[in-house]
Amino acid sequence: MYKGREEELTRELLAVGQSTMSEPNTGQPVVRVENVYKIFGRRPKAVAEKMQAGATRKDVENQGTAAVIDATFDVYPGEIFVVMGLSGSGKSTLIRTLNALQPATTGTVEVRGQDLAKLSPKELRALRSEHISMVFQHFALFPHWTNIENAAYSLETQGVAKQERYEKAREVLAAVGLKGWEDSYPSELSGGMRQRVGLARALAADTDVMLMDEAFSALDPLIRREMQEELKQIQDRLGRTIIFITHDLNEAMFLGDRIAVMKDGEIAQIGTPEQILSEPADDYVASFTSDVDRARVLTAESVMVPENELTEEDRASFARKSLSVKSDATIQQIVPVVLEAQGPVAVDSATGSDRVGYIRLATLLEALTPQESTVVDGAKAAN
Amino acid sequence: MEIPVPRIPLGDWIEVILDWLLATLGGFFTVIRNFLEDLYELLLWVLMTPEWWIITLVLAGLGWWLRSWQLALGTVIGFILIVGVNQWENAMSTLSLVTIATLIAVVIAIPLGILGAKSYTASKILRPIMDFMQTMPPMVYLIPALVIFRVGVVPGMVATVIFAMAPGVRFTELGIRGVDSEVVEAGKAFGSPPGKILRQIQLPLAMPTIMAGVNQVIMLSLSMVVIAGMVGAGGLGGEVVASLNRINAGLGFESGLAVVILAMYLDRLTSIQAKT
Repeated sequence: MYKGREEELTRELLAVGQSTMSEPNTGQPVVRVENVYKIFGRRPKAVAEKMQAGATRKDVENQGTAAVIDATFDVYPGEIFVVMGLSGSGKSTLIRTLNALQPATTGTVEVRGQDLAKLSPKELRALRSEHISMVFQHFALFPHWTNIENAAYSLETQGVAKQERYEKAREVLAAVGLKGWEDSYPSELSGGMRQRVGLARALAADTDVMLMDEAFSALDPLIRREMQEELKQIQDRLGRTIIFITHDLNEAMFLGDRIAVMKDGEIAQIGTPEQILSEPADDYVASFTSDVDRARVLTAESVMVPENELTEEDRASFARKSLSVKSDATIQQIVPVVLEAQGPVAVDSATGSDRVGYIRLATLLEALTPQESTVVDGAKAAN
Repeated sequence: MEIPVPRIPLGDWIEVILDWLLATLGGFFTVIRNFLEDLYELLLWVLMTPEWWIITLVLAGLGWWLRSWQLALGTVIGFILIVGVNQWENAMSTLSLVTIATLIAVVIAIPLGILGAKSYTASKILRPIMDFMQTMPPMVYLIPALVIFRVGVVPGMVATVIFAMAPGVRFTELGIRGVDSEVVEAGKAFGSPPGKILRQIQLPLAMPTIMAGVNQVIMLSLSMVVIAGMVGAGGLGGEVVASLNRINAGLGFESGLAVVILAMYLDRLTSIQAKT
């Protein structure tokens, strides 16, 4: 009984998440995933049919492994869509259905309106080389090739002439900070630098979609942080559509415009980082969010208050300094401004100079502590 | 209690099959025989026409270029020893036989190994055949080979190819399967066709393992020279067989030593450990 109600709740929350996300994404989705199942085993189709009829992952355990169960989502142009889950949650398999390295058992995967299941092997290869590039967890560089040859590989499969692809590869290597390393081999580089070559290989392809499979997971924490920031900068500059897989919710929150949280092959929730933080769909998602670095995720918009909630004291204090932040600034960026102001600061819209609200120190601190959401309370009561 | 097992006339069947093969494919076998013989004669001519010291210097130079100066020095000393025991001509004829047998074995083995790596079914079919070829006493191949190709260098060469091929197939399959799957996946993810992935990624990365297989093929070929000598292949093997017939320990040792020197040269030239 309880479980059924919870599922209903999840679905409602998902619906809310999707409807509120519709405003920035007015274009056609680049990647469309609909009711995708991926089953490993002797007779995957039969197992998928059973599951569509209501069998659970456990019911079909001895007939096959259900790695991805009924996944549905759209990814829009210029978006970073993060799929987050623990190992074994099916996220790596899910990303491989998007370029048919592991074709979906049933369901539809469309990239740029083309249904992958309907493509011939040749058309599929063309789609991969022209429109979908990939960055791998363990870099997957070709050890017998120099870095520039590695970076130029994607262009080679596109059939670009040698001189042109080396020129482009040189540019891209420079852009990821590897100028001067063109003629070295990957084995001469550190882990972080190798992944830069992996990134360069994917960027050089100039594809609209970039798949990143735990791309930063094998890196040291400091290097990982650096790469995350750089990826964001690259994204701001180039506006690629990125589908990023990670097991680290902090990474997901920092990078993702939207996040899909996966559990045991199913998508538990899709939403913006703030939605995942403030309205976790179930206690599984909520248990993740408890150790998220909120200062990196929450933005001014989510912690501001309207002008009429300011006290007289606030107003007086604001009149002395009159500092302001942009509405998409993270708390991390806001804190120094608030400290300098010694009082409330104004929030301006990200684009224009409209004043949209104010931030008080008290609301800021409140936002940094995880709220005991109703879902978590419910779970405790049930236990 | 005795359970009677009827006599299975396997031997008779083999004879019948052999007769049938000879009757229907006789012309084809003659073509193969002539081709292999010509190939052998050509290589032997190349090795025998110049003075021995020119060939020694060329082979030593090859050792220097591929491996080290130590190998070059060892080659010169070893080959002078061969000339000193009057086995130069026989050694060159054995070298020709081994080289051609190895080339043919490798040319057949590598594609088979690739096939085995690509398909589990092929691998399952290949495995028992390779077991059979490698563990059947090699002299057994000599009999049908003799019937089909008649006395001379060719039956020995064919028996050598069959006996020595298996590690070439196995190591190729192993090498390709051993290539990091994520790297192969990267090739696929960027839309490279399978043939190109094989050429650009799998074969180069599997090369050390494949070369270890080729080295094994060469060693097995050399171990076959005496058996090949029994059916008139001549060379060092023929010399060993002759010394056995005449109970000539001295000649046996001299020709045996020449085999060892050739084996060491070919092994050091092709083994991976030696590479600096």
